[in-house]
Amino acid sequence: MMIFTIAIQEFKSHFKTPLAWVLFAVLQIILSYLYLTQVETFDLMQANLVGIDGAPGLTDIVVTPLFSNAAIILLLVTPLLTMRVISEERRNKTLPLLLAAPLSDTDIILGKYLGTLALLWLIVILIALMPLSLLIGGDLDMGKYLANVLAITLLVGAFTSTGLFMSTLVDHPTVAAIGTFGILLILWLFNISKTMSDQPNELLEYLSLLNHFQNIQTGLLSTNDILYFILFVAFFIVSSIYCLANYRSQK
Amino acid sequence: MSTLIEVEHLSRYFGKLIAVDNINFTVKKGEVLGFLGINGAGKTTTMQMLSGCLAPSLGSIKINGVDILREPLLAKRSIGYLPDTPPLYKDLSVREFLFYCGQLHAIPKSDINLALDKVLIRCGLTSVTNRLIAHLSKGFQQRIGIAQAIIHNPDVIILDEPTVGLDPLQIIEIRELIRELRQDHAVILSTHILTEVHETCTHLQIINQGKLIAKERVDSITQSMNESSLIIKTVFPIDAEPILSIEGVCNLEVLSNNRFKINFKPTQDPTQEISKTIIIKGWGLIEMSPSNQNIEALFIGLTKANNQ
Repeated sequence: MMIFTIAIQEFKSHFKTPLAWVLFAVLQIILSYLYLTQVETFDLMQANLVGIDGAPGLTDIVVTPLFSNAAIILLLVTPLLTMRVISEERRNKTLPLLLAAPLSDTDIILGKYLGTLALLWLIVILIALMPLSLLIGGDLDMGKYLANVLAITLLVGAFTSTGLFMSTLVDHPTVAAIGTFGILLILWLFNISKTMSDQPNELLEYLSLLNHFQNIQTGLLSTNDILYFILFVAFFIVSSIYCLANYRSQK
Repeated sequence: MSTLIEVEHLSRYFGKLIAVDNINFTVKKGEVLGFLGINGAGKTTTMQMLSGCLAPSLGSIKINGVDILREPLLAKRSIGYLPDTPPLYKDLSVREFLFYCGQLHAIPKSDINLALDKVLIRCGLTSVTNRLIAHLSKGFQQRIGIAQAIIHNPDVIILDEPTVGLDPLQIIEIRELIRELRQDHAVILSTHILTEVHETCTHLQIINQGKLIAKERVDSITQSMNESSLIIKTVFPIDAEPILSIEGVCNLEVLSNNRFKINFKPTQDPTQEISKTIIIKGWGLIEMSPSNQNIEALFIGLTKANNQ
C-alpha cells in the first residue's frame, strides 16, 4: 500500500511545478504537427497506392511514423522528468522523511517509479488518442495500432527506469538528466552497427532499444522483445534499490 | 519505567574518520535526553543512526525492544525524527504535507484527520494550515518539522537542534511542547545551547570527538554545582583572609570590581558564616546568589580536558 501512497504523491508533485504542464503542451503541439504532416503525406500518396498490391495502408503511413517520432521526442523529454525524482530530495535534504518512515527501500523506489511512470503513460495516452481521429473517415488496422501503443508503453517504462537509476546515483538533477540521456541515446544507437558494418555485432544489436521497439511496432509480438523490456526495467529498478541502500551505509 | 532506546557499542566510521566511537546509553519513557557537543562532535551522526537513516558501522540500536537493523520497519513505527534540516516538501500546503506524513507513518486512514488536527493545534500551526510551506517563515517551517515528527504519536522522538532559527518566544513554546511530550514519550534532542538543556532536559549527555564523556541527571548537576559556589557583590572591597578562614571555603575568585566567586565543598555550606562575616566587617553586602553557570562550566571543563 505504501508504494501507492508514494506513487500518488510523486505523480501529484509533477503537477506542482510548471514543468509537467509545459512538457504536455510542447509535446502535443509538436506531435500533432508531425501527425498532420503524415496524414497529408498519405493524402498525396493515396492515388498512387491504389493500384499496387500489398501497398502500405493508412496505419503504416500515419500511425507507425507518429509513434516512432514520439519515441525520439520522449527520449529527449523523459530525462527531464525523471532527473528530480531522488536527486532533488537528496539536495533539499528531504530524503530523511522517507528514510525514517517505516518504508523499505523497495517501497520508496517502486513508489517513485510508478508515480513518474504514471505521468509518462498519461503522455502516451494523449499521443495514442490522436490516430483514433482517423476512424472518422477511414479504417485503422487496430492490431497494428495496439502494437504501437504497447511498444511505446514499454519503451517509456524502460526510459523511466533508467532515469530513476541515474537520479538515485547522483546528487545533481542536471547531471542525472545528462547521464540518463547519454545511456538512452547509446542504447538507441547500438542499432546503427547493423547498417554500418557488414558483420553486425549480435550482442549490441540485442541491447538496442530501437531494435526491440521496432520489432513490436511491426505487430509481430515475440516474447523475446517483451522479455527484453521487462529485464531492462528490472535491472535498473534493482540497481536503484541497491543504490539507495548504499546511500544509508555511505562510507 | 520501560526502556525505549537502548544503544550498545555504537560506532560509525566515514573512511578513516571516526565520527562516533563506541557509545552506550539508554533512554527511558518520561526522560528527555539532551545531547550536547561542539560542532562536529558526532551528535547528528548519532541521531541519523538512531532514526534509521544511516547504518551504523558497529553496534546495535534497540527502539522499544526492537533491533533497528534486524527489523527496521517495525522499529521505525515507534520513531519520530526531525533532522537538522526539516525535511519539507515546500510546494505542498501544510495540511497536504502533514497528511502525507501521516500516510507514510501508516496511520489508519480514518484516524489521519484527527491526528492532523491534534498536531496542528499542538505545534501552533492552525493559522497557516492551508498555506504553502515555501511561503512560511523559518520558525513555522521548523514547527512543521516538529509536527511531522510527532504526528503518529511515536514512543521515541528524536529532535536534531529543534530550536534553531526560532525567535525567543517560539523557543519558549517549543520547550513547553517538549516538556509536554515528555510525559508519555522518550525524547532525545541535540543542541549546543546550554540553557536549553537546563530548561527542557531531565538527562544530559556530552559527546566529544565521537566519544561520550559524561552522562548526568540535569537536576543533580544543578543541585551539586549550585551548592558549591556563590557569587557575592559588595559596596567596598573585601579582604580575602577572613573569608578563606571560614570552614569549608576552598578559594575566592575576583570576577570584577567588588564581585567575587566563592567556591566551597558541597558538604559544608558556609553561606551563613560568609554573610555574617561580610556584615560584621561592614563591607556592604549587595548581592549573594548561588552561581548558575553550572552546565556551561561542566561542558567547557569536560570538553577542554578531553581535547588536551
